[in-house]
Amino acid sequence: MTFPARAWREFPQRYRLEASRCTDCSKVLYPPRVVCPGCGGRSFETVELPRKGKIVTFTVVHVPPSGFAEQVPLPIALVELDNGARIMVQVGDVAEPGELRTGMPVRLEFRRISSDGEAGIICYGHKAVPDRS
Amino acid sequence: MREVAVIGTGLTDFGEVWGKSLRTLWAEAALAALADAGVDELDLITVGCMSPGLFIGQEHLASLVADELGMAGVGAARVESACASGGLALRAGFAEVAAGLADVVLVTGVEKMTDVDGATATYSLGTAADQEWEGFHGITFPGLYAMLARAHMEAHGTTREQLAAVAVKNHANGLLNPHAQYHLRVTMEDVLRSTMVAEPLRLLDCSPITDGAAALVIASVERARELVGDRPLVKITGSGLATDAISLANRGSLTELAAVRLAGERAYRMSGRTPSDIHVAEVHDCFTIAEIMATEALGFFDEGSGGSAVEKGLTALGGRIPVNPSGGLKSKGHPVGATGVAQIAEIVAQLRGEAGQRQVEGARIGLAQNMGGSGGTSVVHILEVA
Repeated sequence: MTFPARAWREFPQRYRLEASRCTDCSKVLYPPRVVCPGCGGRSFETVELPRKGKIVTFTVVHVPPSGFAEQVPLPIALVELDNGARIMVQVGDVAEPGELRTGMPVRLEFRRISSDGEAGIICYGHKAVPDRS
Repeated sequence: MREVAVIGTGLTDFGEVWGKSLRTLWAEAALAALADAGVDELDLITVGCMSPGLFIGQEHLASLVADELGMAGVGAARVESACASGGLALRAGFAEVAAGLADVVLVTGVEKMTDVDGATATYSLGTAADQEWEGFHGITFPGLYAMLARAHMEAHGTTREQLAAVAVKNHANGLLNPHAQYHLRVTMEDVLRSTMVAEPLRLLDCSPITDGAAALVIASVERARELVGDRPLVKITGSGLATDAISLANRGSLTELAAVRLAGERAYRMSGRTPSDIHVAEVHDCFTIAEIMATEALGFFDEGSGGSAVEKGLTALGGRIPVNPSGGLKSKGHPVGATGVAQIAEIVAQLRGEAGQRQVEGARIGLAQNMGGSGGTSVVHILEVA
């Protein structure tokens, strides 16, 4: 279950892909943090993540957790974006999961991720799709 | 720091134990350990349990089980670090005895996982991953290890067959362990044909859902010498605990389990031992790839050669460094909070020379490695027979 306060709190990261850039070492952190794991810095500016990147590693989930049964087989990838930030996302628009490859170029698109039954919150966020441009 | 010894062990049978509740399983293991040690008075009880809140709707577990043992009044605390909760329970008890805060401690681990359906169990285990930023997208535990497996295969040439060889070996060992959940010979073909769970991992790459409990009695070496009689004295000579980023997106490497390496280095340093000194090891094979990566991170094999090591039989009973003679999580079962404690029980049995058909000949120094999440925590202990 996703509760409204939590969904609301995460809108900036989920909907706009807001990240933070450490003003000391320039490392981009997604999601934003209180302390930079790279240099220990505590001062950040808000940046938006780039929408393009490539697959670092991936799997196709066949036995899903609760809430994802209708989406099986469910491809999920760890994607490295063009600025070096990494994000775990579902991969959409793939006719055959077998076409996924490490290193494959992808772009992030705004999609529905899951929903909590008929009356619950519909969770939106970003999915990776193959970037054929 | 005082020296600490393990003077008693107790295990329930592992499996789908529908007829027994968490507290009953726990008390059975605790009573077995107390009987094995020959003690009936305790200074402290530690309880490793990952998620009684999600699995049985019960928190505040330590007091509940202390009372179940007729020992309300004794200090008791639950510790949690996902599937490393059991190893952490030992470390917590070890620290108390080493520091002189306690003389005799009951160290326990327990999990009751079959009071919920499979999807709920998958969700509950998944809470050991970063829920807000990974779980949100539907990734599961097998899914995270599948990503690590793919990275390891692509970086080092680890093969699908080498992953399967871990399952074949551990199920063969489990046939020799009366407490194991599965007494089932598994062939390479069985693994490669089993149901796909998260590509490239299949059902027989995964440890099962298990109910079970394990317990140890530990004591200061002074007190232990009075209690063990003619039996060999098994000392805990090294203890290491380390963390890594839970989220794979924040990991420095996807092909090395850094928390395992760090916890191992700390345990080796404390004991003055090196990887080549270890005669027998229990490692956290929650998935086949996890055993391969753990044996590399612990320094038994170079990074990238853990797969060929298992294929060559180097980790089998009778091999250079037998790994998971108990059958491991894979065959013995994985009641997550109990696992780290059960690993120690196996190492103690090996060092006492009481492991029966799965005895590693001449084992005097053993290591146990317990892991939380997809490597976000690891606990390593080294034990030696005096």
